[in-house]
Amino acid sequence: MQATSSIRETLITGGKTVRDVSEDICRQVEGKPSRLWWIAFSISLVLLMFGVYCLATVLWEGIGMWGLNKTVGWAWDITNFVWWVGIGHAGTLISAILLLFRQKWRMSINRAAEAMTIFAVICAATFPLVHMGRLWLGLYWVLPLPNTWGSLWANFNSPLLWDVFAITTYFTVSLVFWYIGLIPDFAVIRDRATRMGNTTRATIYNALSFGWDGAAKTWMRYESVALILAGLSTPLVLSVHTIVSFDFATSIVPGWHTTIFPPYFVAGAIFSGFAMVLTLLIVTRKVFKLEDYITIYHIELMNIVIIITGSIVGIAYITEFFVAWYGQVPAEYYAFYNRATGPYWWAYWSMMTCNVISPQLFWFKKLRTNIVATFILSIIVNIGMWFERFVIIVTSIHRDYLPSSWSMFYPTMYDVGEYILTFGFFFTAFFLFAKFFPVINMAEVKSIIKSSSEKKH
Amino acid sequence: MSNTKKTYWKGLPQLKNDAAFVKHADKEFVDLAVQEDPGHSRRDFLKMMGFSVAAASLAACEAPIRKAIPYVNKPMDADAGIPNYYASTYMNGGDYCSIVVKVRDGRPIKIDGNSLSKVTLGGTSAQVEASVLSLYDNYRLRGPRVKGEASDWENVDKEIIAKLNEITAKGGQIRIVSNTILSPSTKAALEKFKAKYPTTKVVQYDPVSTYGLVKANQESLGAAIIPSYDFSKAKVIVSIGADFLGNWISPIEFTKQFAKTREINEEHRDMSRLYSFESNLSLTGANADYRSMIKPSQEGAVVTQLYNLLSGSGGKSEIANLAKAAEDMKASQGASLVVSGSNDKNIQIVVNAINNLLGNYGSTILPNATVNFRQGNDEEMNAFIAEAKEGKLDGVIFYNCNPVYDHPNGDVLGGALKNISLSVSTSTTPDETASVSAYMAPDHHYLESWNDAEPKVNSFSLSQPAITPLFKTRQAPESFLIWSGETATEYFSFVQEYWRSRFFAAQNTITDFQSFWDKCLYDGVYELASESKAITFTGNVEAALSALTSVKAAGEFELVIYESLGVGNGSHANNPLLQELPDPITKATWDHYVTISAKDAAAKGIDNDAEGKTQLIDLTANGKTIRVAALVQPGQAPGTLGVAIGYGRTNVGTVGKGIGANAYPLVSALGESLSFRVTSGVTLAKTEVAFQVAQTQIHQTYMGRHSVIQESVLSEFKKDAAAGRENPMVTDWDKKVDASTLSLWKGHEYNNHHWGMAIDLNTCTGCGSCVVACNVENNVALVGKQEVINRREMHWLRIDRYYSSDADPEDYKAAEIASENPEVVFQPMMCQHCNNAPCETVCPVAATTHSTEGLNMMTYNRCIGTRYCANNCPYKVRRFNWFKYHDNQQFYQSNPAMNTDLGRMVLNPDVTVRSRGVMEKCSFCVQRIQNGKLTAKRERRPVQDGEVVTACQAACASGAILFGDMNNTESKISKLLKIDHYIDVTKDGKTEKVFNYGIDKKIGNPRAYRVLEDIGVKPNIFYLTKIRNKDKAKENA
Repeated sequence: MQATSSIRETLITGGKTVRDVSEDICRQVEGKPSRLWWIAFSISLVLLMFGVYCLATVLWEGIGMWGLNKTVGWAWDITNFVWWVGIGHAGTLISAILLLFRQKWRMSINRAAEAMTIFAVICAATFPLVHMGRLWLGLYWVLPLPNTWGSLWANFNSPLLWDVFAITTYFTVSLVFWYIGLIPDFAVIRDRATRMGNTTRATIYNALSFGWDGAAKTWMRYESVALILAGLSTPLVLSVHTIVSFDFATSIVPGWHTTIFPPYFVAGAIFSGFAMVLTLLIVTRKVFKLEDYITIYHIELMNIVIIITGSIVGIAYITEFFVAWYGQVPAEYYAFYNRATGPYWWAYWSMMTCNVISPQLFWFKKLRTNIVATFILSIIVNIGMWFERFVIIVTSIHRDYLPSSWSMFYPTMYDVGEYILTFGFFFTAFFLFAKFFPVINMAEVKSIIKSSSEKKH
Repeated sequence: MSNTKKTYWKGLPQLKNDAAFVKHADKEFVDLAVQEDPGHSRRDFLKMMGFSVAAASLAACEAPIRKAIPYVNKPMDADAGIPNYYASTYMNGGDYCSIVVKVRDGRPIKIDGNSLSKVTLGGTSAQVEASVLSLYDNYRLRGPRVKGEASDWENVDKEIIAKLNEITAKGGQIRIVSNTILSPSTKAALEKFKAKYPTTKVVQYDPVSTYGLVKANQESLGAAIIPSYDFSKAKVIVSIGADFLGNWISPIEFTKQFAKTREINEEHRDMSRLYSFESNLSLTGANADYRSMIKPSQEGAVVTQLYNLLSGSGGKSEIANLAKAAEDMKASQGASLVVSGSNDKNIQIVVNAINNLLGNYGSTILPNATVNFRQGNDEEMNAFIAEAKEGKLDGVIFYNCNPVYDHPNGDVLGGALKNISLSVSTSTTPDETASVSAYMAPDHHYLESWNDAEPKVNSFSLSQPAITPLFKTRQAPESFLIWSGETATEYFSFVQEYWRSRFFAAQNTITDFQSFWDKCLYDGVYELASESKAITFTGNVEAALSALTSVKAAGEFELVIYESLGVGNGSHANNPLLQELPDPITKATWDHYVTISAKDAAAKGIDNDAEGKTQLIDLTANGKTIRVAALVQPGQAPGTLGVAIGYGRTNVGTVGKGIGANAYPLVSALGESLSFRVTSGVTLAKTEVAFQVAQTQIHQTYMGRHSVIQESVLSEFKKDAAAGRENPMVTDWDKKVDASTLSLWKGHEYNNHHWGMAIDLNTCTGCGSCVVACNVENNVALVGKQEVINRREMHWLRIDRYYSSDADPEDYKAAEIASENPEVVFQPMMCQHCNNAPCETVCPVAATTHSTEGLNMMTYNRCIGTRYCANNCPYKVRRFNWFKYHDNQQFYQSNPAMNTDLGRMVLNPDVTVRSRGVMEKCSFCVQRIQNGKLTAKRERRPVQDGEVVTACQAACASGAILFGDMNNTESKISKLLKIDHYIDVTKDGKTEKVFNYGIDKKIGNPRAYRVLEDIGVKPNIFYLTKIRNKDKAKENA
């Protein structure tokens, strides 16, 4: 049915057969974890524990453990939130939008990317929760639950409330989409386990696969559901970060109150999400020896996405400055002047260097097909994107309308600790995922073995 | 079978059938020779454990019970939840204020000014407002002490009387040392004491002495007095180092008077002009129209040249603005005033001569209405210390003073007290003097006392207790009566008797004494008709002038020692309200520092960044060295330094401990009096010790933002009453329109009240009493130095202080730097109660909402603490509870009002103490609004204008803050803002006037503007432009 353009490079190298795919992907699920895995997993756990300590202290003592003050009410908390949400965008984009656009190169990477999305969204969600002064009440007062206080309800005017809906919807859809995709692969592991006589594993994976039977009708339903969810996810990719950007765009703070934010945030999210996918996959393909499935071609394609989104982000930065100058609103003009030359100039110029200048290196084919260069740049991009959020949030509010209230923000150990917490969680979860779940979508990859794979010699 | 059984021996003793072994054979464990702690057996342990567990669980089951016992017979006028107000008098040495005390359920919780007083005219100061917390100070003495050991009054009285008799018998000398005594009854009680012990002498001194002024008046007016000043009649005021708005003699009164001359409007386009010649940037200097920086040693030159210019004896003036001041004064003969804060007798004589030349006596200076605020005599005090040192004294009683701390020779006195056989202190706390005195006979706090006062000749006021004494203290005058062996010793009766014989007898309008007394007590004040006698200037100006020319300065620096507006002379050092009150000028809290000009700081290598990070310096003057932080201060005259007294207390509670160094020893002698200007021998040595001063404002200029500060000069204002106003314009589709006409918001209709406020930037002096009043009224948490450094102070109301800059406002980097001698503007800033409030829309849980009367309200219970509202507040007035500030040992030191049982008594029960994690902000004193509305409702009438007064408004001595109902056409605020309440509505071709209940009131006052008008949030607070009485506006502001 599907025609493949002849000029496309093959997506799967090494002349893999369908059986090879199952063998290669299931190997790490079935085998014992390597020493390297244990070391990495332990480090993640330690980070997580340190983060939990910091979080517990903040919850016990109060938000004052962070470095915030009367002028700067948000800093690392919301910076980290936006950063993680941004990272959480790539998975759904790869799975949903690229599915609709029939981009088959996504097949090798979508599983890991989606897992990353889910973990990133969980990481992101921790920040709006713990940044609240009274988390124990906030947990349910932001939900529009019926109550005995008469007409007292959540405030639907508040972008923070929109965030609650946006994030929970996005998380739910992403989770379901990811899980549906996992079902046939779980069934493969189950079947192999049954053959190998490992009943425990067979039972667990049978439950996980919801008793998948591989019938043509089941496959048909499976594909319909995948397509429907892809259709549902697609607007979400655009909407979630748009809504996150509303937190700032609808406000009155000079430097936040900017109509360019929605597209600029979405582009930035995809930019950082792809960078994070690259960081993770470059490691995963090496550790799990999946070079034949995640090829240089895949990496190159992702790098092209990074050039495009990086350039969009760069144009957005420049546009903001142009508008601030052209608009001649004194407070806004000053906000942008202060961004580039004020006390946080270093953050601004880090952002510009990492986000605007560094991705342009991928115009060179040599660099965008080089694993090491890609790996380094993918990390630089995420550093840059963290600074972008920090610059937007902190440099805008630390000097807003009344100079009497201008102040500085200095992070404390607990600010850093909460960030480390999410890293700890993210990697712990990712390593568990990599060990127990098939990191590449076997079912989909098998479907392109015939059409887009190197012939066996 | 037994023979086949293998036997295992436990050891050789069993094999040998050792007797010792057999004895213990049935025991599993061998008894050790040494028994460990035979007192506690295992059973005891189990018993103890069982008991502990049971006790712990029983204790945990029971919630702590705090007993509240209702009255068996309810006293009249005491209704739970309904406050009573009592007129009384605040006295702290020579500092005086006639007050009204708010007593709620038997506890004084708030102090307001008494508007019936002709002296303080209803004003208060930060210290007066804060003094209610001193009543609940944990550091207060609980009862009398003998040599540091707790004792009882009977014993103490017996011992003291015995010693007094012993001293008198052998003809020994007794001294009673006190700060200025304002109370005539206390003086009468002391007379009784003197009658009984004839070798007694009363020595009065003032920590901040004005003895030079008194001496000068003695020589040139013929009476050792301080006259009343009337700034309200002065068109031109010249202040030479006298901070009359801050701390000079009677600042509350002077602020009231001065503010009157600064009121300006379309109809009355004239105001006074204030010249200031000073070294430190003082509050008065900050309010001056023309301020010149001089060194203390130049004060003589300033008065000399001014005298010469005015007397026509010619001469030139090298000092900026001096010739101009002389010209202005010449033009306003009899309506001008020259004041000097110097303690140099000769300077004051020349000042008197100048005032005499200008005909100011009788108009702006009233020598007949003598003030009693500073009765101290430096000569007598020095003589007393010398006597004490030489061992000539046998008994000394300290009343209402702390000379060991607050006299330059305090250490000498402290050392000498050991050798004096009787030393008694009546201080309320074990302070520096009390702790080296043998007896502590603690006085009541003034809120527990009966007393009277004579602040000015023929003006009297009464003090009445607002609470029964908290501790076993006794009022000091009563102690004096007891020690003098009087039979009627109750001080209340004594005061009453005094008033009966002196005042009741002399009047004939009220016939029975009880009614007379009740009326005086109710009013709090009593006035006698003043007799006038002519006073003529007879000073020897030539001698004074020639003495002045001989004064020479030496050394790199000159030092000005001033009284801090917070802790004052040091008696308030344990009051956290005042420690956390930002200094009006430096905005520093909890800290002691030396102010230095930027030029000198650079020369000395002192690096003081915007965030208050600096180094400690060693400051030497008068042969003494103290180590304090250096703070770069715009407006500080180069070559001069400023340091505050009142810090470095050693015997003080936890609040004031360890803050700064004592600067009193730096005070030097000048002739007969103490001099707070040190002109020679001042050195400064930088140390490498880093220090951070906690400031609440770290950015000094307003960056040329006219949407924040709108100001102009009088010459412009005379031409156009809208001078300085800038109406922001925004671009509509095709044209520029007034920003206030465009809105995406629907607005509100306020069908009943529409509360609003007007703040006059011209009369606000920046003193900060409103800040303290707000803290007390609204239970605002005090967070301590570190949290202020973390920029987390909780003040609902702050006073923004901006300096002018010499730079072009477009040059942002340069515009951050204040001028060397800046113009200053103060802007009280609190929640602006925006009609289109940006905080309300962003709260996800609707915890901050709009009322039907224009208030922006906080529902603490609903708040989950996202801080989004604070981020979105353009005025940055929202305050977040970063920690739990109440019942938290971490804030015990800074916030006793929420962390000690005693301190908690000061809390206002009408206002919730906020919990951790919620946002708070100015509520327009909503509890007072509710109270006003309820009272009106109960009495079935509308709320009257002036019935609801916010705490800040009540505290504002200059009347810069006006709160009221903007829907009331007759209200003061409607009149001040000239609100046009009617709009034309055209319906069916007919146009009619309709009352405007909406948010867009037409404001007719050309001076009124809203801060940040261009962002369209439409606050309910209006500011009136700042008008300086200058000929020409400064180029860049």
